[in-house]
Amino acid sequence: MTAYILRRLVAIVLTLLALSVVVFVVIQLPPGDFVTSYIARISGSGESIDQATIDALRAQYRLDDPVIVQYWAWLKGMLVGDFGFSFEMKRPVSEIFASRIGNSLAVEMLAVIVMWSVAIPIGIYSAVYQYSIGDYFATIIGFLGLALPNFLFALVLMYISYVWFGVTITGLYSPEYMNAHWSLAKFLDFCSHVWAPVLVISTAGSAQLIRVLRANLLDELNKPYVLTARAKGLKKSKVILRYPARVAMNPLISVVGWVLPTVISSSFVTAIVLNLPTLSPILLRALLSQDMYLAGALILFMGFLTMMGTLISDILLAWVDPRIRLGMAGAN
Amino acid sequence: MASPDIHEPAMSSQVEGASDYIPVGTESQWQLIRRRFRRHRLAVASLWVIALFLLVAIFAEFLSTNDPHDVQARYTYAPPQRLHFIDVQEDSGWRIQPHVFGYKVEVEPEALRRVFKIDEEKKIYVRFFVEGHDYNLFGLIPMNRHLIGTENPRDPLFLLGSDRLGRDVLSRLIYGTRISLSVGVIGVILSLVLGVVIGGLAGFYGGFFDAATQRTIEFLRSLPSIPLWMGLAAAMPPSWSALQVYFAITIILSLLGWTELARVVRGRFLALKGEDYVSAAIYDGASNLRVVLRHMVPAFTSHIITAASLAVPGMILAETALSFLGLGLQAPVISWGVLLQEAQNVRVLATAPWLLAPGAAIVIAVLAMNFVGDGLRDAADPYNNT
Repeated sequence: MTAYILRRLVAIVLTLLALSVVVFVVIQLPPGDFVTSYIARISGSGESIDQATIDALRAQYRLDDPVIVQYWAWLKGMLVGDFGFSFEMKRPVSEIFASRIGNSLAVEMLAVIVMWSVAIPIGIYSAVYQYSIGDYFATIIGFLGLALPNFLFALVLMYISYVWFGVTITGLYSPEYMNAHWSLAKFLDFCSHVWAPVLVISTAGSAQLIRVLRANLLDELNKPYVLTARAKGLKKSKVILRYPARVAMNPLISVVGWVLPTVISSSFVTAIVLNLPTLSPILLRALLSQDMYLAGALILFMGFLTMMGTLISDILLAWVDPRIRLGMAGAN
Repeated sequence: MASPDIHEPAMSSQVEGASDYIPVGTESQWQLIRRRFRRHRLAVASLWVIALFLLVAIFAEFLSTNDPHDVQARYTYAPPQRLHFIDVQEDSGWRIQPHVFGYKVEVEPEALRRVFKIDEEKKIYVRFFVEGHDYNLFGLIPMNRHLIGTENPRDPLFLLGSDRLGRDVLSRLIYGTRISLSVGVIGVILSLVLGVVIGGLAGFYGGFFDAATQRTIEFLRSLPSIPLWMGLAAAMPPSWSALQVYFAITIILSLLGWTELARVVRGRFLALKGEDYVSAAIYDGASNLRVVLRHMVPAFTSHIITAASLAVPGMILAETALSFLGLGLQAPVISWGVLLQEAQNVRVLATAPWLLAPGAAIVIAVLAMNFVGDGLRDAADPYNNT
C-alpha cells in the first residue's frame, strides 16, 4: 500500500511539474513582457511609475535573464508560497488566496458529496428497475444535466428565484455576514446561499455518475452469483447491496479522476455567474486584465487541487480493490 | 462469418434451380449500421433536428427577418410578437393572412422607464419572400429576399423580441447558429486529425511513443479544462481580427479536445493488430500504409465517426462557456455564447426573459447531438448482437 501511494505521489509531482511548464508558457504568451505592458497600462490611466520600481520589478521576475532562469525563479517562488504580486489588485497573490480558498473548497466539496449521495441511490434504482418510469425519469434528467451548460442552469435558477420568489441567489453570504466571524447565524445564512451553486455544479456530474453506475450494475446483475444468492433465499435488497452494488461501485471511485476536473471547471463558471466569493471570479478578472502571474498561480493551484483529489480517489480505490493495492491488474 | 461450406449447398441448389431455395442477401457493413441506427427512434428523430439546425446555419441570411447588426434604438427590449395567421376583418369576415401586432410605449410609474407592450390596434402584415437587407447567398449570390418580413420595411418585426440595442433576437440567434455549429464542427475536425494521427501512430507502433502519448493524454485529462482554455484564450493579442480570434478559439478547443479521439483510435488499433486478417496482410508483404488504410481503417471508421459525433456537443458547450465569460468569441461576431452575455444580469433577465432563447437552442442542439451519438455508438459495431 505504501509503495503504491509513493508511486502515485511521484506521478503527481511529475504531473505538477508538467503543468507548471504549461502555465508558464501561458504566462509568457501575451506579446511583450509583463512589466512593459503593466507600465503601458499604468501610464495609460494617467498614473506614473518611477524607474526604481520598474527596475525592482524587472529584477524580481528576472525579465532580463533567459526564459529558463525566469521559469526557475517563478517555480521556486511558488514552492515557498510566494505566488507573486497581483498588480491589478495591489496585493500579494497569497493574501488573495487565503481570503477565498475556504469558500472554494467548501462549495466544491459539498458539490462532490451531493453528487455521490444523489448518484448512488438513483443509479442503483434505475439499474434494478430498468425501464421503469423512475428509470426513464432518471435518464431524461441525466440527459438534460449533460446538455444544460452550467452557466445557463445558473442563469435560469437566478431568473426563477428572482421572478417567482423575489430572491437574488448570488453570493455565499448576506452582506451583514460577509466579514463576520463564524456563528450559527452565519452558518445558516451560508446554507441558505450555498444550495444554488451546489445544485448547479452537482447536476452535470451526477448525470454522468448515474449513467456509469447504471451500466456497471446492469452488467453485474446478470451474473450467476447474483442468481445463486437469490436462489439461496437472500432478500433482494440485501443481495444487491451486498454484492453487485459493491463491485459496480469500483469504477465509480476510479472516475473521481475525471469528475474532479469537471467539478472544478463547472464550479468555475458557476461561481462567476452567481458571483461567489471564491477563487474563480479572481481568475476571470486576472485573465481579462492580463494579470498573468496571478492567473498562472491560480491555474496551477486549481491543477494542484485536482491532483490532490485524484490522489485521494486513488488511495480510496486501492483500499477498496485489492487488485490495485497489490499492483496486480494495474489500472483497468 | 459465413464459411464457404455453408454457402456451397445453397449455391448448388441455385444452379439446379430447386424450388426450395431462399435467396440469401448479404448486407454491407454500412447497411447493417444504418439498419441498427434506425432502431433507435430518438436518435433518428434527433438526426432530423440536427438537419434542421444545419439548414438554419446554411440559409441564415435568407431565414433571418432583420439584419442581425441593425440597431433600432426605437425598440429596445421589445417583447416577442406572436405570429397570427387568421386575420379577422370587421366588415368582411376572416381570411388567412399572417400578421403580427405592433407596439405601444408605456412608462412605468415608479421606475420611469419605457416599456413596450403589444398593441392589438396596430396590425402589421407579414409577407413571404419580401425584400430586405442585402446579403450574398453562400457568400456568392447577391440577394435581398427573405423568407418572411413585414409589408412595410419600417414596421417592427421581433418574433423573439429585441435586445438592449433593439436588435432582433431571432435573427441574431439564426446567425449565431452558424458560428456556434461551425466552431463545433471545425474544432472536431481539427481534433480528429490530431487524434487519428497521434492515436494511430501510438497504437500502430506501440513502445516508447505509445507510452509517451498515454502519459500526455492522462496529463491533459487530469486538468480542469475551462481554466486552462481560458488561460490560453486570454493570451490572445487583443489586436487580432474577429476571424483570427475565431480560428484561435477553435484551435485552442481542439488542442485539449483530441485526447478522447486519440484514445479511441489507439484502442481500436491495438485490438485490430492481433486480428488474423491484419497479420495475413502483413505477411503478404503489404506496406504499412496499405495495411493501415486498406485493412484497418475501414474496420473502425464507424467508431471514429461515433467518437467524433459525441465530441461536437462538448466543443459547442466549451465555446459557449468561453464566449459567455468574455474570453471566447467577441462581439460583433455572433455566437450563442456571445448572445447569452446579454443575459448575464438578473434584472435584465427579469424584464427581458426572451434573451435566454439562445440557451434553449444550445440545449436542444446538444441534446439532439448526444442522442445521435448514442444511436451511432449502438450501431457502430453491427456484428455484435446485444
